[in-house]
Amino acid sequence: MDGGELKFQRYGRGIVQGMAVTIRYLFRHPVTTQYPEQRLTTSRRLRGNELVWTEARCTGCSTCAKACPQGAILIVTAPAGDKLSVEKYEVDTGYCIQCGLCVEACPYEAIRMGYSYERAKYRRGELVQRDDMLAASEARPASGYMYPDEAAKLPAQTLLVDRDDKD
Amino acid sequence: MTTLALSSAALNPAALASDWPGNFWLHWAVFSVLILAFVLGVVIIFVWLERRFMARMQARIGPNRTGPFGLLQSLADALKLMLKEDIVPDSADHALHWLAPIIALVPVLSVFVVIPFADGAALADLNIGILYVIAIGSVASMGIITAGWASNNKYSLLGAMRDIAAIVSYEIPLAMAVLGVVIIAGSLSLSAIVDAQSSVPLIFFQPLGFLLFFIAACAEINRSPFDLLEADSELTAGFHTEYSGMKFALFFLAEYGESLVVSAVVATIFLGGWRGPVLPPWLWFLGKVFAVFLFMVWVRTTMPRVRIDQLMALAWKFLFPLALINLLVTAIEVLIWPNGLPWPVIFLNIAIFLAVIPIFSRLFKLGWGRVEVPALR
Repeated sequence: MDGGELKFQRYGRGIVQGMAVTIRYLFRHPVTTQYPEQRLTTSRRLRGNELVWTEARCTGCSTCAKACPQGAILIVTAPAGDKLSVEKYEVDTGYCIQCGLCVEACPYEAIRMGYSYERAKYRRGELVQRDDMLAASEARPASGYMYPDEAAKLPAQTLLVDRDDKD
Repeated sequence: MTTLALSSAALNPAALASDWPGNFWLHWAVFSVLILAFVLGVVIIFVWLERRFMARMQARIGPNRTGPFGLLQSLADALKLMLKEDIVPDSADHALHWLAPIIALVPVLSVFVVIPFADGAALADLNIGILYVIAIGSVASMGIITAGWASNNKYSLLGAMRDIAAIVSYEIPLAMAVLGVVIIAGSLSLSAIVDAQSSVPLIFFQPLGFLLFFIAACAEINRSPFDLLEADSELTAGFHTEYSGMKFALFFLAEYGESLVVSAVVATIFLGGWRGPVLPPWLWFLGKVFAVFLFMVWVRTTMPRVRIDQLMALAWKFLFPLALINLLVTAIEVLIWPNGLPWPVIFLNIAIFLAVIPIFSRLFKLGWGRVEVPALR
């Protein structure tokens, strides 16, 4: 009420408008995704669980381990001529906070964020992954985070389940 | 033996359908079982319906995992509640804590004694039927205040006190809205009221009365938007904070049973009860009950919860004067046309309805908890 004028109001217009909104929604399609059966495509630049490491590209420079704020990456190297050979590359994914700093730090594009998000384990020891377990595979693809060209190849993100495959 | 004879006389055995086999007590037993089954069954369906409809109105899906379309969800909930531990607080008033759910539930079941499911198909056709409904219906609040008191919990007691405030205020517009119907039908008996609607449902003659009754009844049974006695954000769960297990289930049953009572009473006194073409009477009655309930679900989904001062203001500043006007107008109309209202009166009453609501909304400017000071000039 501004200025104390008597306005013609509160005769139920707002109530009628609200009722109209709810009844419209009754005939709209629900937005719920019934998760285990229905899945949405995640962001192409998802910082998913479990790093993907390419051994062939790694020079053992340990930049990723230095960049990691959690100290989740353990890398053991040995001199091999004028280079380093990686003897052990171990990531404790239980410590990993999916910040992506290691991916941004790596000068040789050897480490990428994972694209998957269902990586719960039954044993704590299974969270510690090393060497071959970190390689890219069908089950653990790499995300396009920090790599726009790779991201463009992934399917576009969906926010709603397609109406056709609903009940 | 005298008491038996007395009670059967009080229940007007002459109102039994003449072709009913057996005696009064057979009739009593059959209908008691029927009513119990009806209330329990319909409440289970109501809970499911409400959850599904509310979910769809909120762009959700609702329970859909237990059985086809989630139909078994209410049964699963009931089973869970039966298996839950029944906790009684140490400082609670044990006897009353036990008694409260029963006091809340029994009146809800008792109301169905007078509701006609079809022509003559009622446990007892009381000649004071609607008065009985109003009187018994408000006893359920005794269960709520008993629960609030016996729990020995400030939230429970606050919730119960809010319920009493609502009951005291809304009983008046509720009864007055019913009075309009009673004047037109010329009887308090629910069967007679249904008979009075053989051509036109009374909602057309009493649009204002219907609105008042519906609002007041929703407030009486503490249905959203008037469910502030269990306003979870302020009072945890209100009167049933300290209840768990089967006793909570009884309160839950009573709550939805009250919704069923209101749906059934509205269907009977405003929508023509079991009357309707083609389909069998009981189906018409059930259909109307469900229609009214779905309307209540619709209202619940839409409206935010009112505050306690808004609740009181709505009763005393809006519903009460409108109920008086409705009563006056109806009485004058019945005085002018004592042998039944002619159908053009419908338009007159709808015009009055459409005129009176905006006028009173305008008069109902102050209050609502806001201090609205006119600007100085």
